[in-house]
Amino acid sequence: MLVERLSDDQGLIDLGGIRKSVSLALVPEAVVGDYVIVHVGHAIGLLDPEEAQHTLAIFAELERSADNTDAAVARGRLVPAP
Amino acid sequence: MKYIDEFRDGALARQIAARISAEADPLHSYRFMEFCGGHTHAISRYGVLDLLPPNLRMIHGPGCPVCVLPIGRLDMAIDLALRQPITLCTYGDTLRVPASEGASLLKAKARGADIRMVYSAADALELARQQPEREVVFFAIGFETTTPPTALVLDQAERTGLRNFSVMCNHVLTPPAIRAILDGAHADEGATAEIEGFVGPAHVSIVIGSEPYARFARDYRKPVVIAGFEPLDVLQAILMLVRQVNQGRAEVENEFTRAVTPTGNLRAQALMEQVFELRPSFEWRGLGSLAHSALQIRPRYSAYDAEQRYGLQYRSVADNKACECGAILRGVKEPRECKIFGTVCTPENPIGSCMVSSEGACAAHYTYGRFRDIPIVAAVPTQADEVPA
Repeated sequence: MLVERLSDDQGLIDLGGIRKSVSLALVPEAVVGDYVIVHVGHAIGLLDPEEAQHTLAIFAELERSADNTDAAVARGRLVPAP
Repeated sequence: MKYIDEFRDGALARQIAARISAEADPLHSYRFMEFCGGHTHAISRYGVLDLLPPNLRMIHGPGCPVCVLPIGRLDMAIDLALRQPITLCTYGDTLRVPASEGASLLKAKARGADIRMVYSAADALELARQQPEREVVFFAIGFETTTPPTALVLDQAERTGLRNFSVMCNHVLTPPAIRAILDGAHADEGATAEIEGFVGPAHVSIVIGSEPYARFARDYRKPVVIAGFEPLDVLQAILMLVRQVNQGRAEVENEFTRAVTPTGNLRAQALMEQVFELRPSFEWRGLGSLAHSALQIRPRYSAYDAEQRYGLQYRSVADNKACECGAILRGVKEPRECKIFGTVCTPENPIGSCMVSSEGACAAHYTYGRFRDIPIVAAVPTQADEVPA
């Protein structure tokens, strides 16, 4: 998340508690509070919170419609390895 | 972290996977390619393969920047760094990519060449500003994600008249690589012809948008679903691909709507257009020479083009014969089918480029998946194992 604009094309972002300066030259429209997607030190796009909610809602729908038989089919882990 | 953790929920992942299993036709064999190395990494890291039905196979694509960089381009950089009194800057992964005769940029550094790892193209430009007496060359690699930052530094160097900075451009384009894989189907005895659809790149699509993939759906009848880099994104995209195949559809769909629009980042595209033009031909590791598949610096910026400034010439060099990276990058072979995988070739001592970056198919399989190849046999407890209370 963008927490501060440092100059015309630099901004300070907060990555889960870690603050880092990134270039905003490719997303000049970014304002404080926006979620930006960063690649090699440059914000390359903005994250649309409404669309993110929409995608999460699709997942939630799936959860409601799934029955126990379906759940039993799925086995496996989803834990990031260290 | 917000917008990350929600997309890694294990319980939801199992629900989506259950839906995939329920909807996949057990009599049909599904084969999808995740083009992008970021997806290869996510699939391996989060054990997504373990959640998929056995008749659905994911094939790793060539969307890993260091994997497709051919030996000849690395040889040019190593030669330049060893012969000229310059500072060569590049991204970390690039340093370890194998070049001719077991060389690499890292080994050239050990031999005394001034080679520095940078996090961003802007860092290389800053280094040139700080040491005006020394020439700095940025060895630029990557797809449409790393290209706009390189365009930015070239534009800034030209506008500020910075004389001791240049770029060796190795930027490549995603759509021509997808086309090469689809067209190459005949050359590989039909192996790639079986790819039924693509999980489309996440970050590349933020820049170029979803429209450039339309031709693959239209002309090749292959569905493309653009997905984010989190495990739920990948699973949802696979579900959407299964549905398209089942319904006989071939469309471009976007699962990553929170960041990808049809037209992409127009500012980034304009910058790339301003600074770069299509290179007539570029050799890709694994895919061979592809016309109009890469970028070169426009004549207006030729003073900042390291290839021109130092008169660099490209010479094609064949890969190590034992290495199967080429076939793996085309989706024809899997890492475990390579004779030197995990024995001679490891992330510590990579022989092929796919073993270097965490996005490479071999490195991802080595780090997260290779034990799946070994059958697990439960040990039968013996009396000796029983510890007295």
